Amino acid sequence: MIELVGISKTFTAKKGSIHALKNVSISVKKGEIYGVIGYSGAGKSTLIRCVNLLEKPNTGSVKVNNVDLTKLSTGKLRESRGKIGMIFQGFNLLKTATVFENIALPLKLTGLSQNEVERRVTKYLSIVGREEKHHAYPSELSGGQKQRVAIARALAHEPEVLLSDEATSALDPDTTEAILDLLLKINKEFGITILLITHEMNVIQRICDRVAVMENGEVIEDGTTREIFTSPKHQTTKRFINSLFSHQIPDKILLNLNKTGQVATLSFFGESSGEPALALVSKKFDVYPNILSGSITRLKEESFGQLLIHLKGDANEIEKALRFLEQQHVHVEGVRVSESKNRRIS
Amino acid sequence: MKVRIDEFLDLWGSDLWEATIQTFQMVGISLASSIVIGLPLGILLVLTRPDKALANKYVYQVLDVVINIIRSVPFIILLFFILPFTKMIVGTSIGVKGVIVPLVVYTAPYIARLMETALLEVDRGVLEAYEAMGIKTRHIIWHVLVRESRSSIILGLTIATIGLIGASAMAGLVGGGGLWTSSL
Ligand SMILES: Nc1ncnc2c1ncn2[C@@H]1O[C@H](COP(=O)(O)OP(=O)(O)OP(=O)(O)O)[C@@H](O)[C@H]1O
Ligand SMILES: [Mg+2]
Repeated sequence: MIELVGISKTFTAKKGSIHALKNVSISVKKGEIYGVIGYSGAGKSTLIRCVNLLEKPNTGSVKVNNVDLTKLSTGKLRESRGKIGMIFQGFNLLKTATVFENIALPLKLTGLSQNEVERRVTKYLSIVGREEKHHAYPSELSGGQKQRVAIARALAHEPEVLLSDEATSALDPDTTEAILDLLLKINKEFGITILLITHEMNVIQRICDRVAVMENGEVIEDGTTREIFTSPKHQTTKRFINSLFSHQIPDKILLNLNKTGQVATLSFFGESSGEPALALVSKKFDVYPNILSGSITRLKEESFGQLLIHLKGDANEIEKALRFLEQQHVHVEGVRVSESKNRRIS
Repeated sequence: MKVRIDEFLDLWGSDLWEATIQTFQMVGISLASSIVIGLPLGILLVLTRPDKALANKYVYQVLDVVINIIRSVPFIILLFFILPFTKMIVGTSIGVKGVIVPLVVYTAPYIARLMETALLEVDRGVLEAYEAMGIKTRHIIWHVLVRESRSSIILGLTIATIGLIGASAMAGLVGGGGLWTSSL
């Protein structure tokens, strides 16, 4: 649905040039929710703005629905943009227009009849759950309500693709949840392909089918959400995943624990696979497992858990126990002192 | 006291009436013409700015310099300076007609500047949102840019009108007529 191939973008500023994107390629399939995550300045906004050519890439091709947008005339590009909805962190509604007008005006300007405009405004406002307050101004709405109006405005053009540039970053956690649920609903009910960018791992975790991780203008890792969660390769990816779990154990304690055995992080899918496997371990091997901390979180389709454990016992037995855990589809990583990286054992 | 005002009105009444009409004419016509020239100029200034929709260094800089020059010349000097130009445009350099040209030349760049300031206040994100929806640039200019800065535009026009009325007082010097001539 969206094919970005070899996109590079350089900004020339007074102090020199900034390579915001370096040969980036991503491919978003029809009907999926694709997330791009990265820290501030990674080039995420620049990337998503290349999809509807708000930003013109220096090199590379941008195909949406098999049409190369970079080759279109101004008029044809406008037409194609009509099929690509976009929502923003700052909502970007007209301050001088009511909720109704905010959605109706762009529809009118694209040449729809008055009847059709009214039909669509009513329809899409009710889909986003804002059928009342048609005549309120944006300044009278909360952030979450404004984002709903902005989503209705984008949907009213009946797009095939929705781009979301940090749509939930300005919202509190509860409102974020509600907006994410709305995006899921849009994706399911209308089959709209969604490309979103974010710096929050919980957004990826909740709704994305696939993910790309960006750093310094490059995609450093991509794959299904499940792959990224089970076997993150890059340091930055690990940091994003760890941001969801807080297994912070002071170095001093860790040092002591590592003297008598091994501290490790276990990652697993499904509510039930982690602890039973651990129970088996204590039976089958001569080790004493001890759970230091743990939590379970929900991915889009399944649950994902992490346990920080301490295995006490002989090094040989521990090694065997960890091997066994890996056979039970539990992902194991050893934790060492003063090690910001978690090195994989086995 | 009352007698004196009556006497005054008997003596000057019809002149005053005529002068008032002339002032309104002068200010009204100049203001309308200045808006017609100034608003598009303001829009052009905003659009040709570096990294805006129609970024054009030369157009922007020429406009910028010309506006700054005109804005820095006192009206009274401008008035005489452009006499030949006035004559060329309206065929005369005196009377109400003769004074409208310098008033417009004086006010239009001022309005352009005020419009530029007003339009620059509009949130860039909103313009982008409309661009992303595939709306035509001219529609964005009118329905977003001008619409969103409505209140600043009106404030700007009020300020420009006050300046214009002040300048029209000097119109008396070229026999422009109006209330101020009567008071000289
Ligand atoms: N118009 C521009 N002119 C110059 N530099 C720019 C421009 N837009 C972006 N950049 C630079 O490009 C780099 C990437 O910016 P971008 O906005 O894409 O980052 P981001 O990942 O979206 O970050 P954030 O999470 O803060 O929004 C940054 O170094 C930024 O300063
Ligand atoms: Mg950004």
